[in-house]
Amino acid sequence: MKILPYAAAFGLAVASCSLAVSAAEITGAGATFPFPIYARWAEAYNKETSNRLNYQSIGSSGGIRQIRAKTVDFGATDAPLKGEDLEKDGLVQFPVVMGGVVPVYNVQGVPAGQMKLTGEVLADIFNGRISKWNDAKIAQINQGVTLPNATITPVYRSDGSGTTSVFTTYLSQVSESWKSSPGAGASVQWPVGQGGKGNEGVAALVQQVQNSIGYVEYAYAKQNNIPFAQLQNKNGKFVSPDAKTFQAAAADADWKSAPGFGISLTNQPGDEAWPITAPTFILVHKNPEKPEQVAEALKFFDWAFKSGDQMAAELDYVALPPQVEDLVRVSWQADIKDKSGQPLFKK
Amino acid sequence: MVALSQKLLVTGMDKPSRRSLPLSSDQVFRLASLGSALLVLIVLAGIIGSMIYGGLPAFREFGLGFITSSVWDVQRDQYGAWVAIVGTLTSALIALVIGVPISLGIAVFLTQLCPPWLKRPVATTIELLAAVPSIIYGMWGLFVFAPLFAQYVQIPVSSIVEGLPILGTILYARVPSGVGVLTAGIILAIMIIPFIASIARDILDQIPPVMRESAYGIGCTTWEVVRYVLVPQVGVSIIGAIMLGLGRALGETMAVTFVVGNANRLSLSLFDPGSTIASRIANEFNEALGLQLNALMALGCILFLVTFSVLVLARFLVARATVR
Amino acid sequence: MDTMSQTTTSPPVAWGRVRRSRYVADRALKAICILFTALGVFVLGWILLMLLYQGVSALRPEVFTRTTPGPMTQGGGIANAIAGSLVLTFLGIVVATPVGVLAGTYLAEYGKGSKLAEVIRFVNDILLAAPSILIGLFVYTLMVQPMGGYSGWAGGVALAIIAVPVIVRTTEDMLRIVPGSLREAGAALGAPMSKVITKITWRAARAGMVTGILLATARIAGETAPLLFTALNNNFWFRADLMGGVANLPVMIYQYALSPYQNWRELAWAGALVITLTILALSIAARLLFRKETAR
Repeated sequence: MKILPYAAAFGLAVASCSLAVSAAEITGAGATFPFPIYARWAEAYNKETSNRLNYQSIGSSGGIRQIRAKTVDFGATDAPLKGEDLEKDGLVQFPVVMGGVVPVYNVQGVPAGQMKLTGEVLADIFNGRISKWNDAKIAQINQGVTLPNATITPVYRSDGSGTTSVFTTYLSQVSESWKSSPGAGASVQWPVGQGGKGNEGVAALVQQVQNSIGYVEYAYAKQNNIPFAQLQNKNGKFVSPDAKTFQAAAADADWKSAPGFGISLTNQPGDEAWPITAPTFILVHKNPEKPEQVAEALKFFDWAFKSGDQMAAELDYVALPPQVEDLVRVSWQADIKDKSGQPLFKK
Repeated sequence: MVALSQKLLVTGMDKPSRRSLPLSSDQVFRLASLGSALLVLIVLAGIIGSMIYGGLPAFREFGLGFITSSVWDVQRDQYGAWVAIVGTLTSALIALVIGVPISLGIAVFLTQLCPPWLKRPVATTIELLAAVPSIIYGMWGLFVFAPLFAQYVQIPVSSIVEGLPILGTILYARVPSGVGVLTAGIILAIMIIPFIASIARDILDQIPPVMRESAYGIGCTTWEVVRYVLVPQVGVSIIGAIMLGLGRALGETMAVTFVVGNANRLSLSLFDPGSTIASRIANEFNEALGLQLNALMALGCILFLVTFSVLVLARFLVARATVR
Repeated sequence: MDTMSQTTTSPPVAWGRVRRSRYVADRALKAICILFTALGVFVLGWILLMLLYQGVSALRPEVFTRTTPGPMTQGGGIANAIAGSLVLTFLGIVVATPVGVLAGTYLAEYGKGSKLAEVIRFVNDILLAAPSILIGLFVYTLMVQPMGGYSGWAGGVALAIIAVPVIVRTTEDMLRIVPGSLREAGAALGAPMSKVITKITWRAARAGMVTGILLATARIAGETAPLLFTALNNNFWFRADLMGGVANLPVMIYQYALSPYQNWRELAWAGALVITLTILALSIAARLLFRKETAR
């Protein structure tokens, strides 16, 4: 049969494509919030060790679902799981890096850095109570800025998202009416606006639609030069988002106060604190089905803790404080074990 | 069902050593063919089965109210298919309203008006429209069509109809971003045109020329030939072709996901974003847990049911022409 | 199938004694038909032009040799997506062809008018027109969950399920066209049915069947929805065992086109151009092949 030599050649080509067969390949999926930094780390890690970390950003809820279904080696989420959920699914949760959620806008005549907002006003915009950019409440805090008489298009996440979780948690903390409805969560009933998929989708939509406002992880705003707004923090000061203000928010955090390090960093006190800061988490199984894969994943995160700070800073993420990284390593050794009870992470 | 070959089967043709085998190679081949054919059945049964199995908890939880409820709240685990169903039907309807006249016009052109040297290239061009992957339509729709649509259609129309009683609701864009149910319908129309046009063309070509010639012979104009001779002959089958196009429009995923806006709310305006069943599944499947997953599967069931009915009808109608 | 019969256009009419309304209606119809056809051609041209404009500017040699880059990283290409798509499409066709050809053979040669054959034809038509996203859901439940991960196998199977009905349909149609006299001649020589089919009928319908396979290939090469839940995507090359997600052009285009990163969007356009040109080439090749055969 004439087809045989072609098939053989093809098979050979296929096999030779995956050259470094001995290199590990780890699959993770989840939050779009940390996607830029995970992708950057994965590239660098691959250059150094030829191990491949394939991370697909499908949203925090996607990460939770896939790790529960055991179709990935680790899941990633911005909204930490509660203690009882971790127990129920046999998962271990740990933070990796911190970042901030920023309101981004595309308003006619208002260049970058000129927009100030308060938590209440932000909540009212997304609630639909404030519907025009030149509303009195917005004009009040933005003296000297010409706001157009245009309808506001809020842009939100159409997929289940930890970024939404963080954002709505903040809004619930600063606005009573938001707290009762729609409340906080990975996926809420947005009264007005348009949905974009992933941080990427929201960023793209805000860029395209005039007079819109959305919320994205800071790296997305910075990398794409989308104007972001200053926010008033708990101490009443207007701050701009950057590594400094994120760090200020995390300064006094008590990481042990929630199971799986699942604390919230929104609306923290401090003059310099950015009000919508959040850590992002990784989920792995306590006794994973494929222990070698998870061991490789832990090696990757250990490498990221040791050598990834510079890259994180370049993208304006905030690395965890060294003592927290040590706490995380202790948790790995104590909680993540293979079938024979041996810890998967070795120092 | 005794095949001709079995009557003619000469056992002498088989090699002696084969007589000890329970099955001759001929029977093996036959069984393999039968098995493959049955596999087609099994796959469909499997798809339907897995949809129903996955969707059952949602139907049990919400009952038939699932179909009419327009709430889709992941927080409170309340799901209703109404918004997705309305979006699917509306965009498909718009696709038909726009696409059918254009397809029929193209079919009539190709069969009645086109000079022979132009026929092949034009027909090929139209059929190549069908070969373009749907994701390309999505990209074209989102990056090229939507901004133009927003600027040249949505904004002017909105300012004209603002305040008017009915048009002011249906055609008013609160947020003219170019994406929405109408845009999705237009993109779908472009996608189903090649389907309907080529089937309609085949159907029209099958009409014996003598009928056309007799009509022209008594002095009919082209329009009259089409209206009074061709359409009555094959009208029913053309409707079948239209239904095939409808089936395609109902199930299209990627092109629609790009341009429909993905909103969970029901809106009366065609310019507002909405969602279809297929786009809802594409958006939420990878992250759905528990009851949400069941609800998405239930949506898949509904889509399958609707597409299935449309296809059955279409098949029946198209078959009427070929039976002659 | 193309029945390019002689077009009977209306003979030149002397409009002298025709009522004006008939004249107007006729002209209007002609104008509308020509307009609509021009519209169809125009839209295709617009889409292709857009692809060329956006895609060609992003095409550099390294697009074909480097793997997908991180966001905002310079350089990089879509080589892994192209290779992955090739593998997945190949897998899909390799699985679908035997099943499709054999099933089509059954319908045309063994089953013919029987009740079972009618049912299978009907079911085949349903599968042919089924929304591809439902097939993706099915394969997710069937393969991804039990296997514990996204994989190239699941992606290949999903594509195969989409390709099979196309191949069944074209195979059956092509086999039907083969004149019965050929089969009878074979049987008269004493050949068993399977030999008649494989050595005579298939050979006679060869070009048409290959056309069908080409069309099926063109169809599945551009499918996105079923791959979303089965092969997902991968930022690197696929593994030899195809587990853990396989990069492919459609899903990559979907992800990158909707992102805000300039370098990703350019790669998405390059990928879109590559995939469209490939599919158009396959479709045209199928068409040419078929016409050559029927012209005999």
